Amino acid sequence: MKKLLEVKNLRVSFHSYSGEVEAVRGVSFHVNEGESVAIVGESGCGKSVTARTVMGLTQCPPGEIKEGSEIIFDGRDITKFSEKEWQRYRGGDCAIIFQDALAALNPTLTVGHQIEEKLKLHGIKDKKEAYSETVRLLTAVGIPNPEKRYKAYPHEFSGGMRQRIMIAIAIACNPGLLIADEPTTALDVTIQADIIDLIKELVKEHNTAVIMITHDLGVVADMAERIIVMYAGKVVEEGSSEDIFYKTKHPYTRALLNSVPRLDLDEEKELEFIEGAPPDMTDPPKGCAFAGRCPYCMEICTKEEPPCYEFNEGHTAHCWKYHEYAEGLFGEVEE
Amino acid sequence: MKSFVFKRTVQMIFVLFLVSVFSFGIIHFSPGDPLAMYKQPGMHKMTVEQEEALKEELGLNGTVTDQYIGWAKKTLNGDLGTSISNRLPVKDQIFERIPATAGLMAASLVISIVCAVPLGLIAGMYNNKWQDNLISTFTYFGISIPAFWFGIVLIILFSLKLNILPSGGMRTIGVDSTWDLIKHGILPALVLSVNNTAVFVRYIRANTITQMKEEYVMTAKSKGASGTGILFYHVLKNCMLPVITLVGSRFGMFITGSFVVESVFSWPGIGQLGMSAVNNRDYPMIMGITMLSCIALLLGNFLADILYGFADPRIKQGKE
Ligand SMILES: Nc1ncnc2c1ncn2[C@@H]1O[C@H](COP(=O)(O)OP(=O)(O)OP(=O)(O)O)[C@@H](O)[C@H]1O
Ligand code: SF4
Ligand SMILES: [Mg+2]
Repeated sequence: MKKLLEVKNLRVSFHSYSGEVEAVRGVSFHVNEGESVAIVGESGCGKSVTARTVMGLTQCPPGEIKEGSEIIFDGRDITKFSEKEWQRYRGGDCAIIFQDALAALNPTLTVGHQIEEKLKLHGIKDKKEAYSETVRLLTAVGIPNPEKRYKAYPHEFSGGMRQRIMIAIAIACNPGLLIADEPTTALDVTIQADIIDLIKELVKEHNTAVIMITHDLGVVADMAERIIVMYAGKVVEEGSSEDIFYKTKHPYTRALLNSVPRLDLDEEKELEFIEGAPPDMTDPPKGCAFAGRCPYCMEICTKEEPPCYEFNEGHTAHCWKYHEYAEGLFGEVEE
Repeated sequence: MKSFVFKRTVQMIFVLFLVSVFSFGIIHFSPGDPLAMYKQPGMHKMTVEQEEALKEELGLNGTVTDQYIGWAKKTLNGDLGTSISNRLPVKDQIFERIPATAGLMAASLVISIVCAVPLGLIAGMYNNKWQDNLISTFTYFGISIPAFWFGIVLIILFSLKLNILPSGGMRTIGVDSTWDLIKHGILPALVLSVNNTAVFVRYIRANTITQMKEEYVMTAKSKGASGTGILFYHVLKNCMLPVITLVGSRFGMFITGSFVVESVFSWPGIGQLGMSAVNNRDYPMIMGITMLSCIALLLGNFLADILYGFADPRIKQGKE
């Protein structure tokens, strides 16, 4: 399968008065054409920063994309793009859906115009054609009465409908990659599944690759082919959906799974909160960032960066627990 | 919408009433004799009876309360009384001068907005870069320069030194061309607009900075829009909406500003009329002009609010 996106050693910092916030600290992953990948992790672990940087939306300054970071999209290093190339790439090759559609849509433009704007930016110059394509998109994302709703403003829609508008904007012009940054977090639980299903259906239809970002593993369970688990600006575990759910290796992934309600497990089993808080990113700890909260923490963990271990094809975890010297010290990371 | 108009109308009437009471009080308790101009040395000395008759005619008899009630009654009937200084009806004199002042204000408003919108947007877009610093420096001048001083400087420069523009008045006697009117009007309109332009620029700049941080700007960028595209298609309208309200609330500045500017440039408008009325303690004229200014101010605000309601889709919906 062909790699569509390859992120190598991405490091992003923000310069603020309280110091340099190291939001992303050497993240590497890839997304194949048409593949669905999920990025999960607690709030503040750098998911959105990663996503926005891939979209070229990180404001620099205060942001800084560190020397040595590479983002290869379809064979081109996008970090070296000119402004014109960025404009063609954003929206044309890659699109993003944000969490809060009310904030993400312009309150003073009709939704029709906001969809059409993108069509016009990416080559549909003819007015009639843009209009009919907009109506088609509104229909595709399940907006009833599209001709009439074309003229409506964002505040006239419900939360779920607004997110559908965002999806319509995102899939317009058929981008190769769709990034959905917590697209359902702001929504009512009852409509979350509808939105996820809609995204699933649309990307399948056009063979679009997706990066689904969430802090809720339950959301991606049946959607993502691969899952990337992030903690404190780093990838700690990566693998197929199966690997992550059933052959969990990293203690943080385990903790994350235990904090998600699951229907397939014993109902009696209590949900666990992950105790403690993520580290301060202005001064990230030496060694493993999870050490302060990890039940398996060893001396080495607080001193040295944990190495990467591969368990089977594509399933990797960064954890000292799998070093040969630690063998036999602990059992498997149990449920 | 109907109840909004009704509420505001009641409010405005109440404000007008209060303003009339206060200004009447202030005028009457401030030192100075309205009849002083009839008693100048060298003028025929009035007998006591003559003075009484004159006071009666001008409504200056009785206590302040009596005088106020007399004034209010007449005013409600549409009669603003006669001017003390020239014994002509106040209303006619004011109405005659409205076009000059309204024209001046309209011209300066247009100048303010035409200059302030691009400058404010550029300053906001290049927040803290040299473009912003340059523009902001000018706005500080604009806010702090006294209008009369600036007016005099312009007169010295353009009329006395360069001799390309007239130093005052509205028309050259015997000439009746628009071009002549523009030549007379340009300096006063400019001076009247400086302060407002500066305030508008600061405001639009601040709005642009806030709007640029909004998430919809990031969405627009993610669609592939360019910086200028975002500025004009997305940010401009959101930025300009509150400016409507601002213009309404700056209406008072336009009116007081026009007093000063008209005096400096001998512009035959209401401001000039008002200035001489104050100097002569011409009570009816002062009251007439005060009330007119107050009505203009209130209506300016009111119209701005209504206009805002039509311009902002979020409010328009709520009203239907
Ligand atoms: N513009 C910015 N300026 C300063 N710090 C920032 C900025 N954007 C993000 N950060 C910091 O970067 C870190 C990672 O933030 P990010 O938004 O990527 O988290 P996240 O994983 O998306 O979390 P969430 O689930 O809350 O969305 C946070 O500590 C945040 O404070
Ligand atoms: S490296 Fe050590 S502290 Fe970090 S997760 Fe593994 S066992 Fe825990
Ligand atoms: Mg986020």
